Amino acid sequence: MSTQLEQETEIEEEPTESRESVAERLSEKRREQIQEDLDTAEKTIQLKVFRYDPEIEGKMEPRFDSFTVPFHKGMTVLDALIYARDRYDSSLTFRHSCRQAVCGSDALFVNGQQRLGCKTQLGDLEHPIRIEPLPHQDVVKDLVVDMQHFYDQMEAVEPYFDPDELPEGELEEQRQTPENREKVKLSTRCIWCGACMSSCNIAAGDNEYLGPAAINKAYRFAMDEREGTDRKKERLRIVEQEHGVWRCQTQFSCTEVCPKDIPLTEHIQALKRESIKNNLKFW
Amino acid sequence: MAQSYDRGAVESFGRWREFQAGMWAWILHKLTGWILVGYLFTHIAVLSTAVGVDPGAAATEVDTYTQTLQGLEGLLIVRFLEIGLLTVAVFHILNGIRLLFVDLGLGLDVQDASFYASLILTALITLSSLPTFLGGAL
Ligand code: HEM
Ligand code: SF4
Ligand code: FES
Repeated sequence: MSTQLEQETEIEEEPTESRESVAERLSEKRREQIQEDLDTAEKTIQLKVFRYDPEIEGKMEPRFDSFTVPFHKGMTVLDALIYARDRYDSSLTFRHSCRQAVCGSDALFVNGQQRLGCKTQLGDLEHPIRIEPLPHQDVVKDLVVDMQHFYDQMEAVEPYFDPDELPEGELEEQRQTPENREKVKLSTRCIWCGACMSSCNIAAGDNEYLGPAAINKAYRFAMDEREGTDRKKERLRIVEQEHGVWRCQTQFSCTEVCPKDIPLTEHIQALKRESIKNNLKFW
Repeated sequence: MAQSYDRGAVESFGRWREFQAGMWAWILHKLTGWILVGYLFTHIAVLSTAVGVDPGAAATEVDTYTQTLQGLEGLLIVRFLEIGLLTVAVFHILNGIRLLFVDLGLGLDVQDASFYASLILTALITLSSLPTFLGGAL
């Protein structure tokens, strides 16, 4: 259930310990390999990566591991993590798939900001690079967070196209005016990465708040003219509930971090106005 | 199963160094709003000394209200508090107008610029008020 608070175990300590010596435990051969990579690279970059595994003795204490990786022009944070996993420590865990900002798997907290690993150039960041799991989500292991709550909130806005009437022929297109397409265009770009929700101070304090991504999703369908007025009213009813659009305090954090440059705050504000109009309308 | 724990500097307000314009605008707006509410009470307290003042005493400036005001204005700290109040009020009003535009969906892509503009305008207005507030006191 999206609105239920889960029973959680709180561990209060802050990770202070940092292991610099990951390389020391590697085999001679592997170390030579890494050294060769480092020697031939343009330069080297240090990663400080958050590590935590509640199921393994000795890894239950959150800590930071240090990895020195070879840098090549065009390299992303995800590339660096993959290098660290393949060469230093195969137990280093993080999610990724498309490597091109499409699948939404690898939103991470890099140098204090939510970013997509595969879309963030190493060259643009200050060193050493600090990589942590998304804040405000439970950590499953290392950089992997539990996204269930985020997905539940997305589901809560019924993110499915539900048109009033279908075109005549079975293979006909469901046409939309260019203007209307333009209006929802940016909102359709969401890749469900959860960066916005993680950056939102309100979502952090109110577990039931739908959050920027879900509201953006609601915008995408509520503004689609191919859905009828009744459906739009239902959609507005979902977003105007207590933990919906009115929780937004226009802090713009979500808009700042969205890797797909969706104007989230703008869409939330538009739905606020839309639901006021909807409630004032008596004709 | 996933566990949650306090990741120290990662969590909300511990990250203030990483806050961007919109977040600062929000914090300052709430802060100034509540300071104004606080001022409202002291304002009422001072004004209430005018209740039941004898007109004769008021004419010769020996009534409680006039005495209280003159006493307060004589204190340098009060002059500085007044400057602070002006700063707080001006910022709240300017950023309040910015927020009204945000509510109307206008200029959301320049929301950071408009926040900086309200800061700069607040500073200019505060500076230009200094002669008035500190006149005769320094
Ligand atoms: C022309 C003058 C003013 C303007 C344009 C203005 C504008 C605003 C706006 C737009 C907000 C909502 C901010 C948001 O969306 O989160 C707000 C909040 C607030 N204002 Fe004002 N305001 C003015 C004067 C005042 C005064 C005189 C006081 C105090 C007596 C005050 C106290 C507050 C407080 C406490 C809040 C925060 C409420 C909360 O916690 O949500 N404001 N103001
Ligand atoms: S709105 Fe942007 S930040 Fe939020 S989940 Fe979608 S793509 Fe990610
Ligand atoms: S790996 Fe798919 S979004 Fe980054």
